[in-house]
Amino acid sequence: MKFTWFNLMPWPYLPDDFRERHRSVWVDIPSTLYDPRKGHHVYHTYLDQLEYAETLGFDGIGCNEHHQNGYGLMPSPNLIAATLARRTSRAAICVIGNSIAGYNPPIRVAEEFAMLDVMSGGRLVAGFPVGTSMDTNFCYGQIPALTRDKYREAHDLIMKAWASDEPFAFDGKYNQLRWVNCWPKPIQKPHPPIYIPGGGSIETWDFCLDHDYNYSYLSFYGYLRGKSLLDGYWERVAKRGKDDSPYRAAFAQIICVADTDAEAERLYAEHCLYFFNRCLHVFPPFADPPGYRTMATVKYGALSQLTRARQKILENLTWKQLVDERFVIAGSPETVRQQLEECIKGLRIGHLFCLFHNGDMPDWKTRHSSKLFAEKVMPGLRDLWPDFKHDERWWVHPMDERIHPDEQRPGAEKKGAEWPR
Amino acid sequence: MKWQTVETKKGTRCRVLEGGSGAPVVFFHGAGGLLADNPFLDGLAQRYSVFAPEWPGYGDSTGEELLEDMLDFALHGWDLVEGLGLRQPHLVGHSMGGMIAAEMACLAPRDLAKLVLVGAAGVWLPEHPIPDIFAMLPHEIAEVLFVDPARGAALLTGGADLSDMEALKEFYVATQRRLAMAGKILFPIPNRRLSKRLYRLTAETLVLWGAADTLIVPAYAEQWKALIPGARVQTIAGAGHMLPWEQPAAFVDAVVRFLG
Repeated sequence: MKFTWFNLMPWPYLPDDFRERHRSVWVDIPSTLYDPRKGHHVYHTYLDQLEYAETLGFDGIGCNEHHQNGYGLMPSPNLIAATLARRTSRAAICVIGNSIAGYNPPIRVAEEFAMLDVMSGGRLVAGFPVGTSMDTNFCYGQIPALTRDKYREAHDLIMKAWASDEPFAFDGKYNQLRWVNCWPKPIQKPHPPIYIPGGGSIETWDFCLDHDYNYSYLSFYGYLRGKSLLDGYWERVAKRGKDDSPYRAAFAQIICVADTDAEAERLYAEHCLYFFNRCLHVFPPFADPPGYRTMATVKYGALSQLTRARQKILENLTWKQLVDERFVIAGSPETVRQQLEECIKGLRIGHLFCLFHNGDMPDWKTRHSSKLFAEKVMPGLRDLWPDFKHDERWWVHPMDERIHPDEQRPGAEKKGAEWPR
Repeated sequence: MKWQTVETKKGTRCRVLEGGSGAPVVFFHGAGGLLADNPFLDGLAQRYSVFAPEWPGYGDSTGEELLEDMLDFALHGWDLVEGLGLRQPHLVGHSMGGMIAAEMACLAPRDLAKLVLVGAAGVWLPEHPIPDIFAMLPHEIAEVLFVDPARGAALLTGGADLSDMEALKEFYVATQRRLAMAGKILFPIPNRRLSKRLYRLTAETLVLWGAADTLIVPAYAEQWKALIPGARVQTIAGAGHMLPWEQPAAFVDAVVRFLG
């Protein structure tokens, strides 16, 4: 198993009456709720946590891209990753990812990801999401019905730019570039591991399988609800005649560890409820503009998100519900280990994106939970896939002689004055 | 009025509601499509040969994947005119349909008789930002489209009972399909730079507006008048954005007076 410590970077100062006073945490959230002076401390706290996660022994540290969003303070995940590349040296840096349909031209992503891979010594995991409709359509103005087509073209351009050793002309529908010549190139060959965050569309499954990319299901609603979706994915894997390595799939899960189950509730409940009740308060039409989902997908799940029953569930969540329905895996190390084993085996996943910082959780609780997990939970889950022990197809392959943070401090002595040969 | 199907050279198959006799009039509907009842078309058919095509993605019309941008939509409009075998028809376009009709007239100004733009989209005034129809709850849509939202909601759904899950699902899927198509020329800002081409228009033009239009407010009528050589403006009371459905008699009367 690979464990990645992931931080969404929520704004921890949303007011108590946020739900009542504002219709959405995303797209049109009042920007007056953001205070840049507090933001300075928030960024550094979150970055410190990501660096701390490496010292705890997590395999990866992760960030993602959101825009105009009260629970995601990373419009540019690449800036976050760049700071991590300098201050860490072992963990994979998982950028999950850049919403490539919104970049103009998307060659920018090929360049920045290459920079990150080089700076980190080959530790980049490159995520290519279509992007949520909130980000890609409403914040970045892309036409919903053409978003997937534009996404595929951007993907083709980036992959060709990484693969090609010669400048080439790219005559796309959305991008015309006479001279494509990615410079620098990534360290990892033929390219960094590619992760595709997706929902339930068959098109995304096939896209991952066509290229042997990792399929990452990033849900906030836990493994019980993720099961049917991953089952569908694995059925598709079998139908396509691909091997069933669990490393083909990743899942995100909110996790809270304490000494006892009761202590977990006492420490973490309010912060998880902050996350579910304020951070996930999104105006429904922003989540489903016409054309964003394919007609096949719309017909398949047309009303699930519109039913009053579902809206109601999400409006009045309690800690008991969060835990019972496994939106949150919380409790003593043993409780968490048991439930995660069920999650990992049930979904057949080789990568777990672990969400330890939730909502407005203070730094000390985040570290406490992460540390308990690393020391008392992770070891018991490491070897759940013995048959695939040496399957590194979906993980980073860093270079050996890479720079470590201790060698970077201003004034630190350099090993010789010449460029390495 | 009766339905027929026209196949365009490009390969779309479009349903066209047609009827009446006289000079040809083509009516292009807006983002919401034709509704179950369109009495103003019957009114126009008393005096003209009326053709009301549905855009691909609407009703039974197919081929939406063939149209991606403004030029595709406008050429598709002319492909339909040709497919219907019409020469120099009058073009009447409502909302998005007005935007397309105006673009058609810029491309081929001598191929139409007269032009009527009804609450037309296609121009953007920063001081009057048009509400985002792609980010609305169902009841909010009726509120920006109609003077009387309750009656409007009934018109939009064709009287279907939306507390019935199957009916709601059908309505939702059809709406998603229609607006996915409309989004290609209306999202995120319904402005594809038509205003820099309008100088080319030679057809006589009438700009018709609902006096109580809160979606595209009447200030836009004045903007169209300023942009189109010789255009005249007429505002109709008691109507919002869905003027042809809200005040069909006054609408038909205004169009007939103008077209002759």
